[in-house]
Amino acid sequence: MSFGPYLLLAVLEGLVSAAVLALTAVGLGLVFGVMRVVNVAHGAFFMLGAVIAWMVADALPGPPALGFAAALVVAPLAVAALAAAVDFGVLKRLGYDPDATIVATIGVLYIVEQAALSLFGPDARPVQAPFNLRLQLPWFGYSGYKLAVVAAAVVVLLAVWLVLSRSRAGLVMRATQIDGETARAFGIDTDRVYAGVFALGAGLAALAAVLVVPIQQAHYLMGGDPLLLSFIVVIIGGLGSLRGTVIAALLIGVSEGVVSVFFSPTLAKILATLLVALVLVFRPQGLFGRRAA
Amino acid sequence: MLEIADIAAGYGPVRVLEGLSLKVPAGQVTCVMGRNGAGKSTMLKAVMGLVRVEAGTVALEGQRIERLEAHRVPGLGIGYVPQGRRLFGDMTVAENIAIGLRTRGRGAATRERVLDLFPRLRERLGQLSRTLSGGEQQMLAVARALCLEPKLLMLDEPTEGLQPSMIALIREVVLRLRDEGVAVLLVEQRVDAVLAMADRVAFMTGGHVAEVVPAPGLTPEAPQFVRYVGV
Ligand SMILES: Nc1ncnc2c1ncn2[C@@H]1O[C@H](COP(=O)(O)OP(=O)(O)O)[C@@H](O)[C@H]1O
Ligand SMILES: [Mg+2]
Repeated sequence: MSFGPYLLLAVLEGLVSAAVLALTAVGLGLVFGVMRVVNVAHGAFFMLGAVIAWMVADALPGPPALGFAAALVVAPLAVAALAAAVDFGVLKRLGYDPDATIVATIGVLYIVEQAALSLFGPDARPVQAPFNLRLQLPWFGYSGYKLAVVAAAVVVLLAVWLVLSRSRAGLVMRATQIDGETARAFGIDTDRVYAGVFALGAGLAALAAVLVVPIQQAHYLMGGDPLLLSFIVVIIGGLGSLRGTVIAALLIGVSEGVVSVFFSPTLAKILATLLVALVLVFRPQGLFGRRAA
Repeated sequence: MLEIADIAAGYGPVRVLEGLSLKVPAGQVTCVMGRNGAGKSTMLKAVMGLVRVEAGTVALEGQRIERLEAHRVPGLGIGYVPQGRRLFGDMTVAENIAIGLRTRGRGAATRERVLDLFPRLRERLGQLSRTLSGGEQQMLAVARALCLEPKLLMLDEPTEGLQPSMIALIREVVLRLRDEGVAVLLVEQRVDAVLAMADRVAFMTGGHVAEVVPAPGLTPEAPQFVRYVGV
């Protein structure tokens, strides 16, 4: 294969990781933006989404598409419900203190991982893709499912953007993010907003994981990379900026795809880390964030 | 309308208010004066449930509200204009108004009535509120509170840093609401503004109300201004 098609393949692979990463990072960014909570358990919620997807698909007889469709609904909802419980039972009791919640979510990460290990076991397990379409390009064939993942991510991100910018729920979330005390003084139940945002953030991570699990198997330790990369993306994009997060995910995802294909995945990680360091030094508010007033 | 009786409140272990009592009758403007740190803003926050009331009672039309969660208070008909305006800066004028309309009020009818009071806001509905001028921001802060169709309107230093023409506009709106029967609780540091708006003036010091004086008995030379405000 000559250079051009090779590059196209690398970019396609990068787009797929970028799509999954954008969903995951937007969840992390929303939680931090609205609640000022650094959710270290975000990767664990991602992993749980994948594991639940495997369990649902495994339990349902019939065609793979049916199991997958069920997983697509059940896993995000289950993880969102768990997150709402964590919010209510743990974060709220800590008064959303920024330091205490970091420690608490580390605890949640550990508990969720150990629970997954004992219930699910240490092995990686595959979930079948809902369909097996191969798109034949002139130079190589490409997985139709992977392209569907990109499309699904675009649709979900558009929906999140619409909810945030156009809906009543989004208005209330933004008000809470800007000034929680004043939001309460105008009748907004900020505790409910926090529970909802935490659930939504975790649900997005779980959704990303369900999408990824036919490509990359479910495993109880699979949450580490998405967590790290989400932090990188959120920092580069600028906290609280949906657009910045998505663009940073594209940047990181695609360049990682390209660098991994032509050089090595390790070099890709090194470059991403370097980029974060540069952003932190020269533009700490992120590429698209506004400096705090 | 509002009756604060012997309350104590503060931030964590620090008590700011102690033995504070004040009545705010309907159809009157009750002004609150006092030095910086006297606890004026804290009193308004205590009424809003934003600061925990540790002792005493707060009643709105006879109904006890001091134990309510903060987000349940405004729905009873309390509009609050916080010190420093506290607009939702990254939201448009229209969105700030929409926040005010969520909890109470009669939707579009209320919105029209409020925008009629502040035509300049109507021209800037799509503008981000942090890009408004200081005077326009204050108008929006008042408009947002009026969207709750309040029975009680509490304003915390609304004339701070405003030009005389803006102060006149605020005064006009406050007096119109008073004439419609709204109870107004106004924290205000400018003697001229107080004398132009107040029916009664409460002087605060050390976290309680030391003296309440009917406005007709006050002149710019009244000893209370020197004693409690230091002007
Ligand atoms: N968020 C807060 N945390 C701790 N102390 C506060 C807080 N806000 C105000 N205070 C303190 O409470 C006292 C009264 O403040 P405040 O009610 O703002 O006074 P005023 O509005 O009369 O100037 C001051 O001593 C101030 O330092
Ligand atoms: Mg004050």
